[in-house]
Amino acid sequence: MILRRYRFALALLTAGALCSTQALAAIAYVSNEKDDSLSLIDLDTLEVINTIEVGQRPRGITFSKDFSLLYICASDDDTVQVMDVASGKIVHELPSGADPEQFSLHPDNQRLYIANEDDALVTVVDTDSRTVVAQIDVGVEPEGMAVSPDGSVAVNTSETTSMLHWIDTATHELIDNTQVDQRPRHVEFSKDGSTLWASAEIGGTVSVIDVASREIRHTLRFPIRGIHPDKVQPVGIKLTDDGRYAFVALGPANHVAVVDANSFEVLDYLLVGRRVWHLEFSPDQSLLLTSNGMSGDVSVIDVDNLKVRKSIKVGRYPWGIAVKP
Amino acid sequence: MAPFLRHWLFGLALIVGSTSATLAAKPIKQIAIGYLELQLPATPLLSNVLPEPEDSGLQGARLGIADNNTAGRFLGQHYQLLEARSDDPATLTDAAERWYQQGARVLVANVPTANLVDLSRQFADRDMVIFNSASQADELRTESCLDNVLHTQASRAMLTDALAQWLLAKKLRRWLLIVGTREGDRAYADAIKRSAKRFGGKIVAEKNWTFDADLRRTAQKELPLFTQTDEYDVVVVADEPGDFGEFVLYNTWYPRPVVGTQGLKPVLWHRVVEQWGAAQLQSRFGKQSGRWMTAKDYAAWAAVRSVAEAGRIRNLPADIPLKQRLLHPDFALAGFKGRKLSFRPWNGQLRQPIPLIQPRALIAQSPQEGFLHPITDLDTLGFDRPESRCQLIADH
Repeated sequence: MILRRYRFALALLTAGALCSTQALAAIAYVSNEKDDSLSLIDLDTLEVINTIEVGQRPRGITFSKDFSLLYICASDDDTVQVMDVASGKIVHELPSGADPEQFSLHPDNQRLYIANEDDALVTVVDTDSRTVVAQIDVGVEPEGMAVSPDGSVAVNTSETTSMLHWIDTATHELIDNTQVDQRPRHVEFSKDGSTLWASAEIGGTVSVIDVASREIRHTLRFPIRGIHPDKVQPVGIKLTDDGRYAFVALGPANHVAVVDANSFEVLDYLLVGRRVWHLEFSPDQSLLLTSNGMSGDVSVIDVDNLKVRKSIKVGRYPWGIAVKP
Repeated sequence: MAPFLRHWLFGLALIVGSTSATLAAKPIKQIAIGYLELQLPATPLLSNVLPEPEDSGLQGARLGIADNNTAGRFLGQHYQLLEARSDDPATLTDAAERWYQQGARVLVANVPTANLVDLSRQFADRDMVIFNSASQADELRTESCLDNVLHTQASRAMLTDALAQWLLAKKLRRWLLIVGTREGDRAYADAIKRSAKRFGGKIVAEKNWTFDADLRRTAQKELPLFTQTDEYDVVVVADEPGDFGEFVLYNTWYPRPVVGTQGLKPVLWHRVVEQWGAAQLQSRFGKQSGRWMTAKDYAAWAAVRSVAEAGRIRNLPADIPLKQRLLHPDFALAGFKGRKLSFRPWNGQLRQPIPLIQPRALIAQSPQEGFLHPITDLDTLGFDRPESRCQLIADH
């Protein structure tokens, strides 16, 4: 009896301790493509605090604007799962179309733009009514998705067609296509929405595109000493809100490029884990996290001094990262 | 063309035009690609459990066309596959001639070496680009150079170099070579010997398999004795059609791995390749054809896709002919092998990584780390520039 009471008190204490850390620290959610799970990293202690099982082959993940829900592309289940963040439980699924890979939530917090990799489609889903609003034909193997900060346009990349497809979010019509280098993987708008950065994995480049004219303004290359150019395969891109840096994940080159976002000069290459694909900032943008697929870990980059601080082991083939403040 | 049909097509063009009115209205450019396949009678085999699919190669070409057309919608291009399959070579050459007259300028040839040479001659001095998606003959990459032919199929030397690099990386230096009786087996064995010399393997014994017993019943009795030679680290089998080689595994005198045409096998493509986005290609292919994608499918797919990519090299004047585009230094094909693929300007061989597989898993992919090359390590596989007499195009 005494023992039981003691245990109960301990449980209360532990729960209290957990709650308080959760209340304070931001948490990074990392999707593990080959473990069908999410790893949760406490961004104060930089340690994995929980692992949550989800659907098959989780890749792209993103939070609702209030961080109460997490959307998860469960690619091999052909669905987008919706997780209640407080309980860590999947509460329902969205009709995403087949093989969802990446997606982007519109600023209205309602429309989710989903790239269906196997079907050459972009599916737009209303997250409230859980219905498909529109499907738009795009090129082969659509992957990257981004919605402009003002919400007027959604951009999709099709890997095998090597194009960016510009979609009017009012009419859901295709308004233009921009040809970029081979196998575009990811697109990222600048904070003011004036430029769009697009990575080309096989082309080995990042194109900086003027959003008004939808034309390429600058093409970045990443020559790294001692690494064959074929192995420099840009995927994930992140831009700091202050407009100072762009970070580019270079895949099997195992480095993240630091780019001056104004002069487009590559300032440094930071060595991270193997096959680095996606990137995400901590809420105050003091840290940048990278998902390293082959080495199964997450590297933590200190944005102020541009040094890699730590690597954290997660599940097998970490793919996407989303951070909750 | 019947007048009513022409009207109908014109109507269709108008409809197509109007639906894409939001985009810049471009006239649709039609591009025809011919696919030729000489259908050979199946060789009788001792190991006859898993036959090659009947439409191996054709389905790959069809998927290439579908991929090209998905992009073509946005570029104002439409690709069409003209298909001819026959057991009579004359039927194929007639079809090719007819297609040329109708304006086709690209052929994908799934035919044996001799027929490929004939086809090349048929179009000598005419603007036809021919892709070899079937022949692995080394002489086509070294001595018997065909000016109008590019090879998306691997040469035997590429395959055996890929294997040899892996063996040497594993320090498996001493090889027992077992060779079948067919012409292809001997050619494969020659390629093995070349690779051994090139990378430092030692062939401790070479034996010809001439037995005609059905090995499914007698392998356990015959193979241990047959493989009783000086000690080896590995058994290399040269049995291209898969006659006896499957039975060498687990039946050797010394308990050693089996590699080559069976066992750990260097291939152009296989179902187990799923990294580097290949899962998507495999899944598209499976949906279309209801089966696995073979190496011949991959070679035909890569040929058809190359035509589209050659047309899209940025900042290249529009009037540059297809062959020059394909061999241009800026040409790149995303071939789901983790690297961009390009053609060797001397012999038109598509340079590409070679997967080493067992039937249920990808074990490694060559070039192996540490095999260096001044230009690209992909050229450590197969015939490098100084090893070939071919020069398809003047150096850039």
